[in-house]
Amino acid sequence: MTLGFYPGCSLKGSSREYAESVLAVAGAFDIFLEEISDWNCCGATAAHNINRELSVALPARILSLAEKQGFEEIVVPCAACFSRLTVTKHELSADPSLRERICEINKMDYKGSVRILNIIQMLDKYVTPSLESRVTKPFDHKVACYYGCYLVRPHEILKFDREEDPQSMDDLMLKIGATPIDWAFKTECCGAGLSVSRTRSVGRLSGKIISDAVDRGAEAMVVVCPMCHSNLDMRRDAINTFLGEKIGIPVLYVTQAIGLAVGIDRKALALQRHFVKVTI
Amino acid sequence: MSTDSHNSSLSKLGTELLVQTGVKVTHCYQCGKCTAGCPLAEEMDYPPSLVMRMLQTGNPELEERVLRSFSIWVCLTCEMCFARCPMSIDIPKMMDYLREKAIKEKKANPKAKEIIAFHKSFLDSIKYTGRLYEIGLFAGYKSRTLKILDDLSLAPKMMKRGKLNILPEMIHDRSGIAAIFRKTVKKNKN
Amino acid sequence: MSKIGVFVCHCGENISATVDCAKVAETAAKYEGVTFSVDYKYMCSDPGQSIIKNAIKEKGLTGVVVGSCSPRMHEPTFRKACAEAGLNPYMCEMANLREHCSWVHEKAESTTEKAIDLVRVLVEKVKYNQSLDAIKVPVTKTALVIGGGIAGIQTSLDIANAGHKVILIEKDPSIGGHMSQLSETFPTLDCSQCILTPRMVEVAQHPNITLYTYAELESLEGFIGNFKVKIRRKSKSIDEKLCTGCGMCTIKCPNKKIPSEFNEGLGKRTAIYVPFPQAVPNKPVIDRINCTYYTKGKCRICEKVCPTQAIRFDQEDQIVEAEIGAIVVATGFAVKQPDFFPEYGYGKYADVITGLQFERLASASGPTLGEIRRPSDGKIPEKIVFLSCAGSRDEAKGIPYCSKICCMYIAKHAMLYQHKVHGGKSYVFYMDIRAGGKMYEEFVRRAIEDDGVNYIRGRVSRIYEKNGKLIVKGADTLLNAMPVEIEADMVVLATAGIANEGAEELAQKLHVSYDSYHFFAEAHPKLKPVETNTAGIFLAGACQAPRDIPESVAMASGAAVKVAGLFSQDELTREPLIAFVNRQAPPVYSSCVGCFLCVSACPYQAIEKEEIKNRNGEVLKTVARVNPGLCQGCGTCVAFCRTKSIDIQGYTHEQVYSEVMALLND
Repeated sequence: MTLGFYPGCSLKGSSREYAESVLAVAGAFDIFLEEISDWNCCGATAAHNINRELSVALPARILSLAEKQGFEEIVVPCAACFSRLTVTKHELSADPSLRERICEINKMDYKGSVRILNIIQMLDKYVTPSLESRVTKPFDHKVACYYGCYLVRPHEILKFDREEDPQSMDDLMLKIGATPIDWAFKTECCGAGLSVSRTRSVGRLSGKIISDAVDRGAEAMVVVCPMCHSNLDMRRDAINTFLGEKIGIPVLYVTQAIGLAVGIDRKALALQRHFVKVTI
Repeated sequence: MSTDSHNSSLSKLGTELLVQTGVKVTHCYQCGKCTAGCPLAEEMDYPPSLVMRMLQTGNPELEERVLRSFSIWVCLTCEMCFARCPMSIDIPKMMDYLREKAIKEKKANPKAKEIIAFHKSFLDSIKYTGRLYEIGLFAGYKSRTLKILDDLSLAPKMMKRGKLNILPEMIHDRSGIAAIFRKTVKKNKN
Repeated sequence: MSKIGVFVCHCGENISATVDCAKVAETAAKYEGVTFSVDYKYMCSDPGQSIIKNAIKEKGLTGVVVGSCSPRMHEPTFRKACAEAGLNPYMCEMANLREHCSWVHEKAESTTEKAIDLVRVLVEKVKYNQSLDAIKVPVTKTALVIGGGIAGIQTSLDIANAGHKVILIEKDPSIGGHMSQLSETFPTLDCSQCILTPRMVEVAQHPNITLYTYAELESLEGFIGNFKVKIRRKSKSIDEKLCTGCGMCTIKCPNKKIPSEFNEGLGKRTAIYVPFPQAVPNKPVIDRINCTYYTKGKCRICEKVCPTQAIRFDQEDQIVEAEIGAIVVATGFAVKQPDFFPEYGYGKYADVITGLQFERLASASGPTLGEIRRPSDGKIPEKIVFLSCAGSRDEAKGIPYCSKICCMYIAKHAMLYQHKVHGGKSYVFYMDIRAGGKMYEEFVRRAIEDDGVNYIRGRVSRIYEKNGKLIVKGADTLLNAMPVEIEADMVVLATAGIANEGAEELAQKLHVSYDSYHFFAEAHPKLKPVETNTAGIFLAGACQAPRDIPESVAMASGAAVKVAGLFSQDELTREPLIAFVNRQAPPVYSSCVGCFLCVSACPYQAIEKEEIKNRNGEVLKTVARVNPGLCQGCGTCVAFCRTKSIDIQGYTHEQVYSEVMALLND
């Protein structure tokens, strides 16, 4: 099983552990992820905040590359990249004149044939069928599944799970023996791109998320987005300042949780790279 | 406020928004649900429903205030407002448009200096390498904002955990990326 | 030999401003067959009509063409004038020189030419007109009222008091409808059941009203004054004649855990049940879906304890047939359950309830005997939040229209809460306050000014539960869009009013139009609110659109008067401009070949098959026949008929052809 793999910039740098855990889990389930050759940054939030055409051209280039390289499906673990690519695909199919303009800017053909999968879609399709039987160390903890913004909104375009109280990650966690809690901040924004420019705001927004999860007895946060992870993990000091106390709840990527449950080595899952120690 | 304070059918910005983004400002009936769910509302000078109202009036003074507002920059495009709006008004798309326009017309709010600096530094970084180079991003950001001391301890902590690449990752088709930037961002500046 | 009179009207200046009326009259005078032609300022006035009448009498006119306004304005006027002068009214035609000519063109020679053409066309047509007589159909003076809520009850009483028979059918075990579920009504805060139950009893005891509850319309045939209905009386599993309503069965029934529909799921009922204590009729029914005997074959305790042996487990549905003259549809509305709003947590959090559920809590006969208590733990809420427009005025998720009554009942709910829970705090999140009835605005002001209800203008984005409280995240748009957060003990959602389930099916059975929301369609939105486009079927109450009690009652009385007006005649007069299938001499009998394409084409099911028999009773030919009581004269059958055997009185092939030729020649 060969799938195209779009890591995105964070997975190569500040969120390497996500990429490492994705590849480890893929390896364990015989999924071969082939990185798209010469991929570029999707533009993230910066591009659409500054220039519309740029924000469509950059993701379009990635999709054109994937098409040219013969991929039918590509996996995009970063939720923000997933959102940018899927929205771009939608806009290009809805507006032929935009499509023409973008092909001209990129100097590349674009057919719109590539299927874009987020990490949960990939896991549901290729891992879930055999997951329960492969669990050797049930992840027997209460977890707060944090979906963030970009996996489920805007629903009409992403068409994934549901906008309010999504359940796809919770279902996955049940399969590895975890107890996903019902909590109130599943899809509230963590502070996104304000991590550097307005860290205090991130402290407030991410602080509310952590606080609700901890109050309801969560032992770990589970995430699917490197930006969310960074805000909840790397920016824990800002969160602690806002809450007025030190909170130690670890933040795991969904692939790390699954990896632990099927017995993959902790180092392979790169848990040591986190800012907040992962003791579970 | 002049005697002609409300002129929705003659709104220049309103018409622009309709043509460029499909957003019809008069469709909003000011229910306030967007503001109620916006995570950054309390940090904005004009929360989203108020921005809509200012645009609805077609009053040039109020339109100017919107372009010069801090709200449009601190908006995270988290899409919560659009997800809950009973009239399906694409506020995030509208915010993107207003941001681009504010920069083009040099009306960006001075309080948004850091936020804009971050976006620009991010884009500068990928313009040359095709992929984000975090050190380049930090350097660019600090030189734009002169916030040299901020997050100073962060870099070594990241490096210790192997999260900071010393060297940038360069893609092969860097000229292709440069061309994309030339035809989009650079074009806008002129 | 035709002797046609042409009368050209100036209509003040409406026609004469752009058309040279004198010239039109002069030109028409020269046509073959026209023996009198004149123009006048106001043809429809008394002197104008006198000109026509005198001309008919003095000149012995055989046909009249009036060149004036649209026939929709004054055709009845001029036809009546002709009839009074002794000329068959259907020999009078109108040329529309106003809406079709003077009003849509500038003053010019071509405008006058057009007016001349229009008159000439009608002159040629009139030469082929036939004398026609109005059709009379008999009227059955019994009305069927479908729906036993306040509108159905009012209309039944009004028709019955006018001296006519009424059959009232209601699909629930008791009449009363939503009004019986309310605690108090705005703006007087009258106890709802106290003002309703006397009417309910009156209906049950009225000698002219036959009440069938737990019954629905099975089928409908026929036409105005002559309907044939089949009513399905669902089996109640009791013999109503023996049952005394003692209630022993409902006390002894062991199956007590069924959610009560009357209490909107907040309370429980037994399998054999009476929906509420003041039910009319006060006789129980057995819910066969949940009853232990029907599901598992055991129990039968009610049968054992019934003092009159009135239980009948194998009772079957009964079909009742009736002949009906008019029908009033009063089936009411339903409340749209707000679970399509996951952000509000209805269905997830027990203390988020609907307005109708709040009515049951506030009701003295409700599950909490009139105390406002949280469904989750039974505690009295100290902070309560009401949300307007939870489903209405919502293009994205709910319905786009306004449900009209919610602003008023929210004010009422908040006031009731404040009266019952002294020291309690209430909040209303609203977008607008629609209080347009008599004493309605004053009522809302009382809530705000006297009872201290906090009205906040803004919608709520979401509600979530934390530590037993409901966190409500809203905004105050009048305070520069300030976000507002309230920790509430209970939240009440003002739900949307929608058409009842099964409304579409019923409309199709009745052949009544309905809109995209399945509300039944009135004949004219301004001027015919209680009539439908189907003759003989009328509307009352919220089945047409959401409305409050006074409006429903007014509409019900309006429908009743229409029915009484219909019944005031022994025969109904109908316009004779209907289709007819030709008859010829034997051996042809009719050019109709019996293909019956017309039967499938007719939107009113007005065409039947008729057997033509000889003296021995042998069938010679089966041809089509138009039912003069049902045909609306739309002409669809005429277009379909392959042998040109069917035609329309007043618009025959000859008449229409002559109009076309008149236009082409000259």
